[in-house]
Amino acid sequence: MDAKRGETFPLRRREVVEKLLSDRGDLLVVAGLGACAWDITAVGDNDCNFPLWGAMGGAVMIGLGIARAQPDRRVLVLTGDGEMLMGVGSLATVAVKQPANLAIVVLDNERFGETGMQTTHTAARADLAATAAGLGIEAVATLTDEAGVDAVRDRIHNHQGPSFDVIKIRAENHAFSLPPKDGAYLKDRFRIAVMGKEAATL
Amino acid sequence: MSEWWKDLYTVLKEADVKQVGYVPDAGHSKLINACIEDADIDATVLTTEEEGVALGAGAWLGGERGALLMQSSGVGNCINMLSMNASCRMPLLMLVTMRGQWGEFNPWQVPMGQAIPEILRQAGVLVYEVDQPDEVGPTAAQAARLTYFSQKPVAVLLSQRLVGSKSFGK
Repeated sequence: MDAKRGETFPLRRREVVEKLLSDRGDLLVVAGLGACAWDITAVGDNDCNFPLWGAMGGAVMIGLGIARAQPDRRVLVLTGDGEMLMGVGSLATVAVKQPANLAIVVLDNERFGETGMQTTHTAARADLAATAAGLGIEAVATLTDEAGVDAVRDRIHNHQGPSFDVIKIRAENHAFSLPPKDGAYLKDRFRIAVMGKEAATL
Repeated sequence: MSEWWKDLYTVLKEADVKQVGYVPDAGHSKLINACIEDADIDATVLTTEEEGVALGAGAWLGGERGALLMQSSGVGNCINMLSMNASCRMPLLMLVTMRGQWGEFNPWQVPMGQAIPEILRQAGVLVYEVDQPDEVGPTAAQAARLTYFSQKPVAVLLSQRLVGSKSFGK
Protein backbone atom coordinates (compact mmCIF):
# COMPACT_ATOMS: atom_id res chain seq x y z
CA MET A 1 0.00 0.00 0.00
CA ASP A 2 1.55 3.30 -1.09
CA ALA A 3 -0.06 5.93 1.07
CA LYS A 4 2.06 8.75 -0.33
CA ARG A 5 1.71 8.25 -4.06
CA GLY A 6 -1.71 9.88 -4.35
CA GLU A 7 -0.31 13.10 -2.96
CA THR A 8 2.15 13.37 -5.86
CA PHE A 9 -0.21 13.07 -8.83
CA PRO A 10 0.03 16.24 -10.93
CA LEU A 11 -3.58 16.43 -12.13
CA ARG A 12 -5.99 18.44 -9.98
CA ARG A 13 -9.59 17.28 -9.88
CA ARG A 14 -11.42 20.56 -10.33
CA GLU A 15 -9.35 21.51 -13.38
CA VAL A 16 -9.87 18.08 -14.92
CA VAL A 17 -13.62 18.16 -14.38
CA GLU A 18 -13.88 21.67 -15.76
CA LYS A 19 -12.22 20.46 -18.94
CA LEU A 20 -14.31 17.30 -19.17
CA LEU A 21 -17.55 19.26 -18.81
CA SER A 22 -16.62 22.16 -21.07
CA ASP A 23 -19.12 22.65 -23.91
CA ARG A 24 -21.15 19.84 -22.45
CA GLY A 25 -24.12 20.33 -24.76
CA ASP A 26 -26.89 17.99 -23.67
CA LEU A 27 -24.61 15.56 -21.86
CA LEU A 28 -26.30 13.70 -19.01
CA VAL A 29 -24.03 13.31 -15.99
CA VAL A 30 -24.23 10.97 -13.00
CA ALA A 31 -21.70 11.72 -10.28
CA GLY A 32 -20.71 9.21 -7.64
CA LEU A 33 -21.17 10.33 -4.05
CA GLY A 34 -18.64 12.57 -2.37
CA ALA A 35 -15.97 14.56 -4.16
CA CYS A 36 -17.20 13.88 -7.69
CA ALA A 37 -20.62 15.25 -6.77
CA TRP A 38 -18.95 18.39 -5.41
CA ASP A 39 -16.71 18.64 -8.52
CA ILE A 40 -19.55 18.69 -11.04
CA THR A 41 -21.38 21.22 -8.89
CA ALA A 42 -18.32 23.45 -8.65
CA VAL A 43 -18.25 23.62 -12.45
CA GLY A 44 -21.92 24.57 -12.40
CA ASP A 45 -25.02 22.78 -11.20
CA ASN A 46 -27.23 21.64 -14.05
CA ASP A 47 -30.60 19.92 -14.34
CA CYS A 48 -28.87 17.24 -16.40
CA ASN A 49 -26.65 16.40 -13.43
CA PHE A 50 -27.63 13.63 -11.05
CA PRO A 51 -25.25 13.99 -8.10
CA LEU A 52 -25.48 11.04 -5.73
CA TRP A 53 -25.56 11.48 -1.98
CA GLY A 54 -25.68 7.73 -1.38
CA ALA A 55 -26.17 4.60 -3.46
CA MET A 56 -22.47 3.86 -3.19
CA GLY A 57 -21.53 1.34 -5.84
CA GLY A 58 -24.52 2.20 -7.98
CA ALA A 59 -23.29 5.06 -10.16
CA VAL A 60 -22.34 2.99 -13.20
CA MET A 61 -25.62 1.05 -13.22
CA ILE A 62 -27.63 4.25 -12.90
CA GLY A 63 -25.72 5.55 -15.89
CA LEU A 64 -26.41 2.34 -17.79
CA GLY A 65 -30.16 2.57 -17.13
CA ILE A 66 -30.20 6.16 -18.38
CA ALA A 67 -28.10 5.28 -21.43
CA ARG A 68 -30.41 2.42 -22.41
CA ALA A 69 -33.49 4.59 -21.96
CA GLN A 70 -32.00 7.50 -23.92
CA PRO A 71 -29.91 6.00 -26.70
CA ASP A 72 -29.65 9.34 -28.53
CA ARG A 73 -28.11 11.12 -25.54
CA ARG A 74 -24.52 10.91 -24.32
CA VAL A 75 -24.19 9.78 -20.72
CA LEU A 76 -21.20 10.30 -18.44
CA VAL A 77 -20.69 8.54 -15.14
CA LEU A 78 -18.05 10.45 -13.18
CA THR A 79 -17.03 8.70 -10.02
CA GLY A 80 -14.25 7.98 -7.57
CA ASP A 81 -12.13 4.90 -7.06
CA GLY A 82 -13.86 3.93 -3.81
CA GLU A 83 -17.34 4.11 -5.29
CA MET A 84 -16.20 2.30 -8.44
CA LEU A 85 -14.62 -0.50 -6.44
CA MET A 86 -17.84 -1.02 -4.49
CA GLY A 87 -19.71 -1.60 -7.74
CA VAL A 88 -16.90 -3.12 -9.77
CA GLY A 89 -19.07 -5.98 -11.05
CA SER A 90 -21.21 -3.45 -12.87
CA LEU A 91 -18.38 -3.09 -15.40
CA ALA A 92 -19.04 -6.67 -16.49
CA THR A 93 -22.73 -5.88 -16.73
CA VAL A 94 -22.02 -2.84 -18.89
CA ALA A 95 -19.67 -4.86 -21.08
CA VAL A 96 -22.43 -7.36 -21.85
CA LYS A 97 -24.78 -4.57 -22.98
CA GLN A 98 -22.16 -2.59 -24.96
CA PRO A 99 -24.02 0.74 -24.76
CA ALA A 100 -22.76 3.04 -27.49
CA ASN A 101 -23.44 6.18 -25.49
CA LEU A 102 -22.02 5.50 -22.04
CA ALA A 103 -18.70 6.91 -20.83
CA ILE A 104 -17.30 6.11 -17.39
CA VAL A 105 -14.57 8.29 -15.92
CA VAL A 106 -12.98 7.47 -12.59
CA LEU A 107 -11.15 10.24 -10.78
CA ASP A 108 -8.68 8.08 -8.94
CA ASN A 109 -6.92 9.69 -5.99
CA GLU A 110 -6.49 6.27 -4.39
CA ARG A 111 -8.52 7.45 -1.41
CA PHE A 112 -11.85 7.27 0.31
CA GLY A 113 -12.27 11.03 0.26
CA GLU A 114 -15.18 11.67 2.56
CA THR A 115 -14.20 9.48 5.46
CA GLY A 116 -10.71 10.74 6.23
CA MET A 117 -8.67 10.10 3.09
CA GLN A 118 -8.00 6.45 3.84
CA THR A 119 -6.27 4.58 1.01
CA THR A 120 -8.32 2.43 -1.31
CA HIS A 121 -7.25 -0.71 -3.12
CA THR A 122 -5.86 1.36 -5.99
CA ALA A 123 -3.19 2.68 -3.65
CA ALA A 124 -2.05 -0.91 -3.34
CA ARG A 125 -2.31 -3.19 -6.35
CA ALA A 126 -5.69 -2.65 -7.97
CA ASP A 127 -5.66 -1.35 -11.52
CA LEU A 128 -9.18 -0.26 -12.45
CA ALA A 129 -8.51 0.10 -16.18
CA ALA A 130 -7.10 -3.41 -16.36
CA THR A 131 -10.12 -4.57 -14.39
CA ALA A 132 -12.54 -2.92 -16.80
CA ALA A 133 -10.67 -4.44 -19.73
CA GLY A 134 -10.75 -7.85 -18.10
CA LEU A 135 -14.49 -7.52 -17.56
CA GLY A 136 -14.98 -6.77 -21.22
CA ILE A 137 -14.78 -3.03 -21.82
CA GLU A 138 -12.47 -2.42 -24.77
CA ALA A 139 -11.89 1.32 -24.66
CA VAL A 140 -9.93 1.77 -21.47
CA ALA A 141 -7.10 4.07 -20.46
CA THR A 142 -5.28 5.36 -17.40
CA LEU A 143 -4.13 8.96 -17.47
CA THR A 144 -1.51 10.48 -15.26
CA ASP A 145 -0.99 13.81 -16.96
CA GLU A 146 -2.60 16.65 -18.85
CA ALA A 147 -2.00 15.22 -22.30
CA GLY A 148 -4.82 12.72 -22.31
CA VAL A 149 -7.62 14.81 -20.82
CA ASP A 150 -8.85 16.28 -24.11
CA ALA A 151 -9.02 12.78 -25.56
CA VAL A 152 -11.19 11.70 -22.63
CA ARG A 153 -13.56 14.59 -23.29
CA ASP A 154 -13.70 13.55 -26.90
CA ARG A 155 -14.56 9.97 -25.94
CA ILE A 156 -17.31 11.18 -23.63
CA HIS A 157 -19.03 12.84 -26.56
CA ASN A 158 -18.10 10.66 -29.49
CA HIS A 159 -16.91 7.17 -28.71
CA GLN A 160 -19.29 4.51 -29.97
CA GLY A 161 -19.25 1.89 -27.30
CA PRO A 162 -18.64 1.96 -23.55
CA SER A 163 -15.46 3.76 -22.52
CA PHE A 164 -13.63 3.64 -19.21
CA ASP A 165 -11.01 6.23 -18.34
CA VAL A 166 -9.12 6.35 -15.08
CA ILE A 167 -7.62 9.74 -14.34
CA LYS A 168 -5.11 9.76 -11.53
CA ILE A 169 -5.64 12.95 -9.56
CA ARG A 170 -3.95 14.40 -6.54
CA ALA A 171 -5.29 13.30 -3.18
CA GLU A 172 -6.27 16.58 -1.60
CA ASN A 173 -9.28 18.21 -0.04
CA HIS A 174 -11.26 20.94 -1.73
CA ALA A 175 -13.89 23.33 -0.53
CA PHE A 176 -17.32 21.70 -0.53
CA SER A 177 -19.47 22.73 -3.45
CA LEU A 178 -22.72 21.12 -2.53
CA PRO A 179 -25.42 20.17 -5.01
CA PRO A 180 -29.06 20.01 -3.94
CA LYS A 181 -29.58 17.00 -1.70
CA ASP A 182 -33.33 16.50 -2.07
CA GLY A 183 -33.41 13.29 -4.08
CA ALA A 184 -36.95 13.73 -5.33
CA TYR A 185 -36.10 17.20 -6.63
CA LEU A 186 -32.94 15.91 -8.33
CA LYS A 187 -34.92 13.07 -9.89
CA ASP A 188 -37.75 15.32 -11.08
CA ARG A 189 -35.57 18.05 -12.52
CA PHE A 190 -33.51 15.44 -14.39
CA ARG A 191 -36.61 13.76 -15.83
CA ILE A 192 -38.09 17.11 -16.80
CA ALA A 193 -34.83 18.08 -18.52
CA VAL A 194 -34.77 14.77 -20.39
CA MET A 195 -38.37 14.34 -21.45
CA GLY A 196 -40.14 17.61 -20.84
CA LYS A 197 -42.51 18.59 -18.06
CA GLU A 198 -45.61 16.90 -19.44
CA ALA A 199 -44.06 13.47 -19.97
CA ALA A 200 -42.11 13.67 -16.72
CA THR A 201 -45.09 14.53 -14.55
CA LEU A 202 -47.08 11.67 -13.08
CA MET B 1 -48.67 -27.20 -14.16
CA SER B 2 -49.72 -23.62 -13.78
CA GLU B 3 -48.11 -21.20 -16.16
CA TRP B 4 -48.22 -18.21 -13.85
CA TRP B 5 -44.97 -16.97 -15.36
CA LYS B 6 -46.98 -16.08 -18.45
CA ASP B 7 -49.21 -13.89 -16.31
CA LEU B 8 -46.10 -12.07 -15.07
CA TYR B 9 -44.92 -11.59 -18.64
CA THR B 10 -48.31 -10.17 -19.56
CA VAL B 11 -48.06 -7.76 -16.64
CA LEU B 12 -44.64 -6.56 -17.78
CA LYS B 13 -45.90 -5.99 -21.32
CA GLU B 14 -49.13 -4.29 -20.32
CA ALA B 15 -47.26 -2.04 -17.90
CA ASP B 16 -44.80 -1.15 -20.67
CA VAL B 17 -41.78 -2.24 -18.67
CA LYS B 18 -38.76 -1.63 -20.89
CA GLN B 19 -35.81 -2.66 -18.74
CA VAL B 20 -35.63 -5.89 -16.78
CA GLY B 21 -32.64 -6.70 -14.62
CA TYR B 22 -32.14 -10.22 -13.34
CA VAL B 23 -29.92 -12.62 -11.50
CA PRO B 24 -31.13 -15.95 -12.86
CA ASP B 25 -33.29 -18.18 -10.75
CA ALA B 26 -34.87 -21.49 -11.69
CA GLY B 27 -38.32 -20.24 -10.76
CA HIS B 28 -37.93 -17.30 -13.12
CA SER B 29 -36.17 -19.08 -15.96
CA LYS B 30 -39.11 -19.07 -18.40
CA LEU B 31 -39.94 -15.44 -17.67
CA ILE B 32 -36.28 -14.47 -18.06
CA ASN B 33 -36.11 -16.23 -21.43
CA ALA B 34 -39.27 -14.51 -22.57
CA CYS B 35 -37.77 -11.14 -21.65
CA ILE B 36 -34.49 -11.94 -23.41
CA GLU B 37 -36.30 -12.97 -26.56
CA ASP B 38 -38.57 -9.92 -26.55
CA ALA B 39 -37.13 -7.23 -28.79
CA ASP B 40 -39.06 -4.57 -26.88
CA ILE B 41 -37.58 -5.49 -23.51
CA ASP B 42 -33.98 -4.68 -22.60
CA ALA B 43 -33.03 -7.63 -20.39
CA THR B 44 -29.83 -7.16 -18.41
CA VAL B 45 -28.00 -9.92 -16.59
CA LEU B 46 -26.55 -8.63 -13.31
CA THR B 47 -23.54 -9.69 -11.28
CA THR B 48 -25.48 -8.89 -8.12
CA GLU B 49 -29.08 -7.96 -7.42
CA GLU B 50 -28.25 -4.48 -6.12
CA GLU B 51 -27.19 -3.60 -9.66
CA GLY B 52 -30.81 -4.11 -10.66
CA VAL B 53 -32.00 -1.52 -8.17
CA ALA B 54 -29.60 1.06 -9.57
CA LEU B 55 -30.47 0.03 -13.13
CA GLY B 56 -34.15 0.61 -12.40
CA ALA B 57 -33.31 4.05 -11.02
CA GLY B 58 -31.39 4.90 -14.17
CA ALA B 59 -34.23 3.63 -16.32
CA TRP B 60 -36.68 5.89 -14.46
CA LEU B 61 -34.37 8.89 -14.77
CA GLY B 62 -34.27 8.20 -18.49
CA GLY B 63 -38.03 7.87 -18.76
CA GLU B 64 -38.46 4.10 -18.80
CA ARG B 65 -40.01 1.60 -16.40
CA GLY B 66 -37.73 -1.00 -14.84
CA ALA B 67 -38.29 -4.30 -13.08
CA LEU B 68 -36.05 -6.69 -11.15
CA LEU B 69 -36.36 -10.47 -11.20
CA MET B 70 -34.56 -12.35 -8.45
CA GLN B 71 -34.67 -15.05 -5.85
CA SER B 72 -35.22 -14.37 -2.17
CA SER B 73 -31.57 -15.07 -1.46
CA GLY B 74 -30.65 -11.96 -3.45
CA VAL B 75 -32.98 -9.53 -1.76
CA GLY B 76 -30.55 -8.74 1.04
CA ASN B 77 -28.10 -7.50 -1.57
CA CYS B 78 -30.55 -4.75 -2.51
CA ILE B 79 -31.18 -3.08 0.79
CA ASN B 80 -28.63 -0.25 0.74
CA MET B 81 -29.44 0.66 -2.82
CA LEU B 82 -33.17 0.81 -2.02
CA SER B 83 -32.45 3.83 0.15
CA MET B 84 -32.10 5.70 -3.13
CA ASN B 85 -35.66 4.77 -4.10
CA ALA B 86 -36.87 6.16 -0.78
CA SER B 87 -34.74 9.31 -0.95
CA CYS B 88 -35.52 10.08 -4.57
CA ARG B 89 -39.07 8.65 -4.80
CA MET B 90 -38.37 6.17 -7.55
CA PRO B 91 -40.37 3.08 -8.47
CA LEU B 92 -39.19 -0.49 -8.92
CA LEU B 93 -41.24 -3.60 -9.61
CA MET B 94 -39.52 -6.44 -7.77
CA LEU B 95 -40.63 -9.98 -8.63
CA VAL B 96 -39.13 -12.35 -6.10
CA THR B 97 -39.26 -16.13 -6.19
CA MET B 98 -39.14 -17.37 -2.63
CA ARG B 99 -36.95 -20.02 -1.10
CA GLY B 100 -36.63 -21.15 2.49
CA GLN B 101 -40.38 -21.26 2.97
CA TRP B 102 -42.16 -24.44 1.83
CA GLY B 103 -40.37 -27.75 2.21
CA GLU B 104 -36.98 -26.15 1.65
CA PHE B 105 -34.10 -28.61 1.38
CA ASN B 106 -31.24 -26.12 1.61
CA PRO B 107 -30.95 -24.68 5.14
CA TRP B 108 -28.92 -21.72 3.92
CA GLN B 109 -31.99 -20.43 2.10
CA VAL B 110 -34.08 -20.25 5.22
CA PRO B 111 -32.73 -17.10 6.93
CA MET B 112 -33.44 -14.76 4.03
CA GLY B 113 -36.58 -16.59 2.98
CA GLN B 114 -38.08 -16.02 6.40
CA ALA B 115 -36.80 -12.48 6.96
CA ILE B 116 -37.63 -10.90 3.64
CA PRO B 117 -41.10 -9.44 4.14
CA GLU B 118 -40.03 -7.52 7.22
CA ILE B 119 -36.64 -6.53 5.82
CA LEU B 120 -38.21 -5.16 2.67
CA ARG B 121 -40.88 -3.26 4.59
CA GLN B 122 -38.17 -1.75 6.79
CA ALA B 123 -36.40 -0.69 3.62
CA GLY B 124 -39.48 1.18 2.40
CA VAL B 125 -40.77 -1.40 -0.05
CA LEU B 126 -44.46 -2.28 -0.30
CA VAL B 127 -44.76 -6.05 -0.07
CA TYR B 128 -47.37 -8.42 -1.50
CA GLU B 129 -47.17 -12.16 -0.98
CA VAL B 130 -48.79 -14.62 -3.38
CA ASP B 131 -49.13 -18.34 -2.96
CA GLN B 132 -52.02 -19.18 -5.29
CA PRO B 133 -51.36 -19.44 -9.02
CA ASP B 134 -54.49 -17.55 -10.03
CA GLU B 135 -53.53 -14.62 -7.81
CA VAL B 136 -50.15 -14.08 -9.44
CA GLY B 137 -51.43 -12.07 -12.40
CA PRO B 138 -53.77 -9.74 -10.51
CA THR B 139 -51.28 -9.15 -7.70
CA ALA B 140 -48.43 -8.35 -10.07
CA ALA B 141 -50.67 -6.14 -12.19
CA GLN B 142 -51.71 -4.03 -9.23
CA ALA B 143 -48.12 -3.99 -7.98
CA ALA B 144 -46.99 -2.53 -11.30
CA ARG B 145 -49.66 0.17 -11.15
CA LEU B 146 -48.84 0.90 -7.55
CA THR B 147 -45.11 1.28 -8.02
CA TYR B 148 -45.13 3.36 -11.19
CA PHE B 149 -47.85 5.70 -9.88
CA SER B 150 -46.68 6.03 -6.28
CA GLN B 151 -42.96 5.92 -7.08
CA LYS B 152 -42.44 3.55 -4.15
CA PRO B 153 -40.74 0.23 -4.83
CA VAL B 154 -43.15 -2.72 -4.68
CA ALA B 155 -42.21 -6.37 -4.25
CA VAL B 156 -44.31 -9.36 -5.21
CA LEU B 157 -43.12 -12.39 -3.28
CA LEU B 158 -43.91 -15.56 -5.23
CA SER B 159 -44.26 -18.26 -2.64
CA GLN B 160 -42.12 -21.38 -2.80
CA ARG B 161 -45.41 -23.22 -2.76
CA LEU B 162 -46.01 -21.85 -6.27
CA VAL B 163 -42.54 -22.51 -7.56
CA GLY B 164 -42.10 -25.96 -6.00
CA SER B 165 -39.30 -27.07 -3.71
CA LYS B 166 -36.03 -27.96 -5.41
CA SER B 167 -35.39 -31.59 -4.62
CA PHE B 168 -31.62 -31.87 -5.21
CA GLY B 169 -32.48 -35.50 -5.99
CA LYS B 170 -33.22 -36.16 -2.32
